[in-house]
Amino acid sequence: MATTTALPPPSSRGDRWAGPGMLLPFALFYLVFLVGPLVYAVVAGFFGTSLLRSGLGDFAGWSNYAAVLGDSEFWRTLGNTLWFTVLTTVPLVLLSLALALLADRFVRGRWFFRFAFFAPFVLPSAVVSLLFMFIYADQVGLAQSVATSLGVDSPPSWLGDPDWAMVSITVATVWWTIGFNFVLYLAGLQEVPREVHEAAAVDGAGPWQRIRLVVVPMLGRTTTLVTVLQVIASLKVFDQIYMMTGGGPDGSTRPSLQLIYDTGFVEGRVGYASTVSLLLFVVILFVSLVWFALVRRAEKEN
Amino acid sequence: MRDRIPPPPSPVPSPVLPPALPPAPSRRRVLRGTLALGATGATALAAAGCGSTVAQGFTGGAPEPDRLNFWNPFTGGDGERMLAMQDVFRTAHRSVDLRSATFLWGNPYYTKLTLATLGGRPPQVAVTHLSKVPTLVEAGLLSELHSADLARHGITPDRFDARPWQKSQVEGVLHAVPIDTHPFVLYFRTDIAEKAGLLDGQGRLADLDGPDAFIDAMRAAKEVTGAWGGSIASVKDASTQFRLFWSLYRQLGGGDLVADRGRRVVVDTAAAAEALAYMRRLTHEKVVPPAADGQGGAITLLNTGKAGFLMDGVWQVLAVKSAKVKFDMRPLPRIFTDAPYACAADSHALVLPKAPSAKAQRLDMSLEFIASMLHSSNLWAEGGHVPAWLPTQRSRTYRELVPQSHYAAAADGAVYDPAAWYGGAGSTLQQVVGDAATSVFTGATSPTAGAERIRRELRELAARPAPV
Repeated sequence: MATTTALPPPSSRGDRWAGPGMLLPFALFYLVFLVGPLVYAVVAGFFGTSLLRSGLGDFAGWSNYAAVLGDSEFWRTLGNTLWFTVLTTVPLVLLSLALALLADRFVRGRWFFRFAFFAPFVLPSAVVSLLFMFIYADQVGLAQSVATSLGVDSPPSWLGDPDWAMVSITVATVWWTIGFNFVLYLAGLQEVPREVHEAAAVDGAGPWQRIRLVVVPMLGRTTTLVTVLQVIASLKVFDQIYMMTGGGPDGSTRPSLQLIYDTGFVEGRVGYASTVSLLLFVVILFVSLVWFALVRRAEKEN
Repeated sequence: MRDRIPPPPSPVPSPVLPPALPPAPSRRRVLRGTLALGATGATALAAAGCGSTVAQGFTGGAPEPDRLNFWNPFTGGDGERMLAMQDVFRTAHRSVDLRSATFLWGNPYYTKLTLATLGGRPPQVAVTHLSKVPTLVEAGLLSELHSADLARHGITPDRFDARPWQKSQVEGVLHAVPIDTHPFVLYFRTDIAEKAGLLDGQGRLADLDGPDAFIDAMRAAKEVTGAWGGSIASVKDASTQFRLFWSLYRQLGGGDLVADRGRRVVVDTAAAAEALAYMRRLTHEKVVPPAADGQGGAITLLNTGKAGFLMDGVWQVLAVKSAKVKFDMRPLPRIFTDAPYACAADSHALVLPKAPSAKAQRLDMSLEFIASMLHSSNLWAEGGHVPAWLPTQRSRTYRELVPQSHYAAAADGAVYDPAAWYGGAGSTLQQVVGDAATSVFTGATSPTAGAERIRRELRELAARPAPV
């Protein structure tokens, strides 16, 4: 304040409150819809809270945590969730990079490829699920007919066979969500300066070498972003699985979020469901932190 | 701040504060703007007609005395019929402002109903499945119904089908008014059955009772279709698999699966294994496909003539009818004779969620609405449900309703889901038992292992702390 004596001191009420005032609407929503429920979930996790009774219910101490950690279904759904994350993240990062590199090389008609790859992303999950349920349907679906015409005698039940269900859902998810990563990579590609390309070309690097040794390393930050966003999104999978298989067959595709939904809303055991959701929160936080730590170390070494 | 335009001289110089800077929006102005926006929004809401209900939800004010809120989970064909039944009521009761809300079937619906009732703002009348009533009563969410009140509106026990009426009572106290029974039945294509030589002189299906007779009939149909004999949903449809298992298990005299509202497991594993073994026979002998989609796939097989029979609930009658093929229906065959005839069933019923005050409940208006719904049972029956209201069930119109009247007898063998806090329509019990049954049905698990698994999983459920 002492340095601004020449000017009138910025002490008018309008100035002092402008920043916080503009933050206020968002801060309110944040408190009411994010911090509030989170606090409630933490508290409910220590009680036998029930959907069918008002109030928090009996104090349960750590017994919900003990029950969840000893519940084989919790570990199984967590395993399913992680498996889905691995199955989707790898193709969603690699394929979207490949598609972005290809689409970027088109000068004429580039808009078409951008549109074509991004288009599925605007569809709601319900539409995508319905579409793929028609494709995967047993006896009458497209995928089985195609497999039969390709010479497969008895095509698998795509959504009814525990060995295939998760893969089938993955294929649908990749088709549906690849557009988002694709757009991020396209944006990243536009930040690679032309001079770098030209310099590499002058030095005698072929197109493949330029992609491998110049472009891809320069997209490092984009890749970090895409991967982290994808991992978090995949760990939170719920809707397409809920609609396409309902977690079946035999629970083989049931993700952690569905366990939370089922125990909380179907069985009404809110305390237990809160505990599961907090543990899942910890897992997501842990995975993200580990990933960031690894990336930071890699960046430092470079 | 440095490049800001110097403020114009203030007309009223203040000795302490510098004059207000022009570009910063004053708080008062922002507030006024917000208020104006809010007022516009509120007016828009009021104009849209839902203002008072929304406002009532926020302020907690009592609903208007002539309003009747009714919640139901019916969409599609059932939803259309329910709307027609409401119109009948509206025409006859012009002074009542009936507001109905339709929610997605299943658990989302029950969650909303539970939370609204706990929050002291339930609808006056709501639809529920009878299999859910014991849990709702145990949680204290339903009002008792007194015979004197009901009789005032012409609702008396002797005018109801005995089974759903019995099931509407919990420990002898009535909590629901049943409107139908919807059993698990057998659909069949008459053209395919005729070619397979399965029809008698009157065009009715020949006797299918007994474990071998049923499979033989399906095998004959398979020769006609060239694909499958019958079909049943097995992919993403644990409930349908549960219904077949539950029908067979009860025909074997297996009794209940759990007792004490789900706190004790009493499953007869020998009967369960036998029921599962029969389900496995259907796929092992290749008369029924092991994988048929629950989202219409099993029905499509019947509709496209790739199967002659379909085992499903009566509520699919409109889905089959829309395919415009020749079909008829009958009760699920009596496969086993160890116990009286049984088939899995449930009923829709009307309940009065517990209101915070008698004024909010508006008992007589609610009961008048229920009576009107019962009188419109013929509309409801067209959707496949067997009316629980005897004046309709015994009426000439219903007896002439085809194929709906052909399976009405199934309601006499109706067995409801086991009463447990984790049981009922769309419940965890249906899921775990249905999953185990599907696993045997597709051949992944043996019948004895499947029966053991049912007992093990039920024991895990029974050991959980009950939320009621």
